[in-house]
Order: sequence, then structure tokens, then C-alpha cells
Amino acid sequence: MELVTPNFGLIFWQLVTFLIVLFLLTKFAWKPIMNALRERETSIENALSAAEKAKLEMQGLKAENEKLLAEARMERDKILKEASDAGNALVENARNKANEEGARLIAQAREAIENEKRAALTEVKNMAAALSVDIAERILRRELNDPQAQQALAQDYIREVTLN
Amino acid sequence: MKKLFILLFSFLTITAQAASSEGGEFKPGDMITHHIADDYSWHFADGAVLYLPVILIDNGKPVVFSSSNFYNENHELVPYNGYKMEHGHIYKVNAAGEPIEGYKGLYDISITKNVASMFVSVALLFFVFFSIAGSYKKNAGRAPRGMQSFFEPIIIFIRDEIAKANIGPKYERYMPYLLTIFFFIWFNNLLGLMPGGANLTGNIAVTLVLATMTLLITVFSGNKSYWGHIFATPGVPKWLAPIMIPVELIGIFTKPFSLMVRLFANITAGHIIILSLFSLIFIFQSIAVGPLSVAFATFMNFLELFVALLQAYIFTLLSAMYFGGAVEEHDHVDDMGHGDGHH
Repeated sequence: MELVTPNFGLIFWQLVTFLIVLFLLTKFAWKPIMNALRERETSIENALSAAEKAKLEMQGLKAENEKLLAEARMERDKILKEASDAGNALVENARNKANEEGARLIAQAREAIENEKRAALTEVKNMAAALSVDIAERILRRELNDPQAQQALAQDYIREVTLN
Repeated sequence: MKKLFILLFSFLTITAQAASSEGGEFKPGDMITHHIADDYSWHFADGAVLYLPVILIDNGKPVVFSSSNFYNENHELVPYNGYKMEHGHIYKVNAAGEPIEGYKGLYDISITKNVASMFVSVALLFFVFFSIAGSYKKNAGRAPRGMQSFFEPIIIFIRDEIAKANIGPKYERYMPYLLTIFFFIWFNNLLGLMPGGANLTGNIAVTLVLATMTLLITVFSGNKSYWGHIFATPGVPKWLAPIMIPVELIGIFTKPFSLMVRLFANITAGHIIILSLFSLIFIFQSIAVGPLSVAFATFMNFLELFVALLQAYIFTLLSAMYFGGAVEEHDHVDDMGHGDGHH
């Protein structure tokens, strides 16, 4: 029975001591400890979320870098293509020009040759005419000296000139 | 641990011898009762006795003297200054040295063994937790170290697994109380296991105060839905109210009552078992029983170390559950679960 009969003195001291302990520990231990724990937890939380954000940012940067790289690569390809196009065009142009020039020169040469030929022919004709005139003169001069030959010639002419 | 054990063993031996020399033969019941009960002096060993101060309030007048005054040189109980100690209580005596029957107005608030032991544990609590709080200030934002890293997981466990899990969003208010009862009970349970330690948490006065605190906090933090559950339990027909309301009102008290009895009984039972095992040696009066007793008592002592923690945990957990029930917002009518279960 002794065991289950609460003793007044002990109840009194327990109550007083426990309230003092509760008060002092609350004020000087639990509050600072709980606050420190909470602060540390929030700082860890913040650090973690900052790291997560940084990671996302890094990913964003990486993606952007890749985009830029791809763009640069495309640009490079474009430039290369343009350059090669321009080169081709230049070569083509040059070739065309050369061809044209060649053609022109050939035409010119041909014309010159033609001219020369024509001039030569004219000269030959003129010479032939002069020769023939000369020959004719000489012949005429000799023929007139011989009335029979004159006769025969005239006869030849008349034969040639057939009235048809 | 071995040393500790030898020490414990020697204390018990001496006390047992003392008991047997006084009564002629060894009475294990008396020895055990003497050990687990409160006392006006603190026996560390035979001859090493600390006589604690007796503080009496006699008709409003405080009287203070040492409890050694109750013993004469032959260690017999004698009246002193009109008071006498009998069967562990102090009575007012008449001129003939007989206790006055039915004398009112005498309040005994002596610093008994249990009170002294509580002061020791309180000093220890202050030392431990003030220094931990200091190290939190010193290593603010850094990893815990030393004692801090031992207690921090326990504090976080109480916060997350006991308070947050059972009380809900309003847990923060109750944290100081929960932490204080947990460590108060745990430290005192452990100190009670020390050689010469007092059976403080195995004293019903102590558990009564702790349980009453839980009861008062529960009642004062009870919200509308808590009282609604008591006076108009949802889902129960109106005509059952005359039965339901008394049952619910009794329920308010049975919960902390169970806290009081559970802690008291568990700790006291542990002490009784260990003391009984040692008593076997003196009952059989044989050295051969010694090793067996010691082996069993060692095992029990380890079990008690676990019980010391477990009982502190259970007391704190159940208190948190009662607070949780008092502050919870019930939005479901079919929930009839009050008591120890989760909501």
C-alpha cells in the first residue's frame, strides 16, 4: 500500500522542480537548440535548392551552348557553301569570259583572214585584169598587124556568140 | 560495467546484511520494499549514509533539522523535537513519545532520497542541455560534435517522429514539454539503475505529477472538436448521450492515469526483479547461487537500460498523442478513434 500512496512532500518537490526544469530548459536549451536546428535545416534546404537551381541553370546553359554550337556549325556550313558557290561562279564566269573572248578573237581573226583574202583576191583580180589587158593589148597589137588572123579571130568571136 | 556491477553487488550485499542483522533473519520483502521506497537518508554503503534535511510545515511554521536526529547512537529510532519517524513517515508526538492520532496541519516537504536524487538528475540535465545549447551557439550552422551529436538525433526523433507525427502542424508549442519529460524520465530511469540510485520514476508521486501535467496540457489545449467529441460524439445517436458523456469524461482521466501507472509499475517492477534475483543468494544462503543470480541480474540490468529508454519514449509518445487528439481538427464524422490509436 505504501508503494501506491503518493507522498505529499515528493509531489510538492517534483512539481516545483519539474516546473523550474521545464522553464529553464525551455528558455535556455530547447528554444536555442530548436532554433539552431531549424536554421540549419533551412540553410541546408536553401543550399540544396540553390544547387538544384544551379544545376538547372547549367543545363540551360549547356542547351544554349549546344544550340549556339549547332547554329555556328550551320553558319559555317552556309559560309563554306557560299564560298564554294562563289568560287564555282567565278570559275564559270571566267570560263565563259574566256570562251567569249576566244570566240571573239576567232571571229576577229576569221574576219581579218576574210578581209585579207578579199584584198588578195582583189589584187589577184586586178593583176589578172591588168595582165589580161596587157596580154590583150599585146595580142591586139600583133593581130592587127595580120589581117588574116584578124579575120580568123573575128570569125571565132562570131562563132562563140551564137544567137540562141 | 563490470566495476559498476561489482559496486552494485556490494551495495545490495551490505544492505541485505544490515537487514538481516537487524531482524535476526533475512527478509527479502522488507529489503526490497526498503530499497524501492523513499527515505529520509541516502545509504550509499554501510557507514556511508547521507542524512538528508527534514523540512516540516507544522501549522504554517517551517521546521528544519537533519534526519540524523531521529537516530540515537545505537541506530534506534527516537523522537526529536516533538516529532517521530515511524515506518518511513514523520508524526507529531505527544509528551509520552506516542504519535498523536489524527493530527492535522503537519506537512512534510523533506528533502528525501528521491528529492535529492531528482536534484542530482536536474543538475545533470542542466549541465548536459545547457552545454549542448552552448555548442549550438558556438558551432552555428556547422556539423554537430561531441555530446551535441549524440543528443541531436534524439531531439530530432522526438520532434519528427513523436511531435510532428502525432500532433500535426501545431507541434512546436508542445516541443519544450515533450523534450523535458522525455529527458527527465530517461535520465531519472538511468540514475535509478545506478548503484545506490533512488527509485524516483518508480514512485507514484512522481509519475502522478508528470501525468497530471499531461492531463492539464491536454485539457487546456482541447479545441472545439475535442470537446465536441466528448459531449456530442459524432455519429452516435442523441439518446446515447447519458452513457457516452460520462464514458468520455472518464476517458479524459484514464489516459493520463495509464501513463502514471505504466511508468511507475515498469520501473518499480524492474527494481524488484533485480533485487529479488540478488535476494536468492541470501535466501538459499549459498555461494553457488551467486553466479546464477548475478548472470540473471546482469541480463535484467541490460533489459532495464532498454526499459529506461522505452518508458521515456512511451510516456512522451502517448502524451504527444493526447495533445494531438486535443488540437486535431476533425473533419470526418465517422472517426470514433479516441484513445491511444493514431487518428
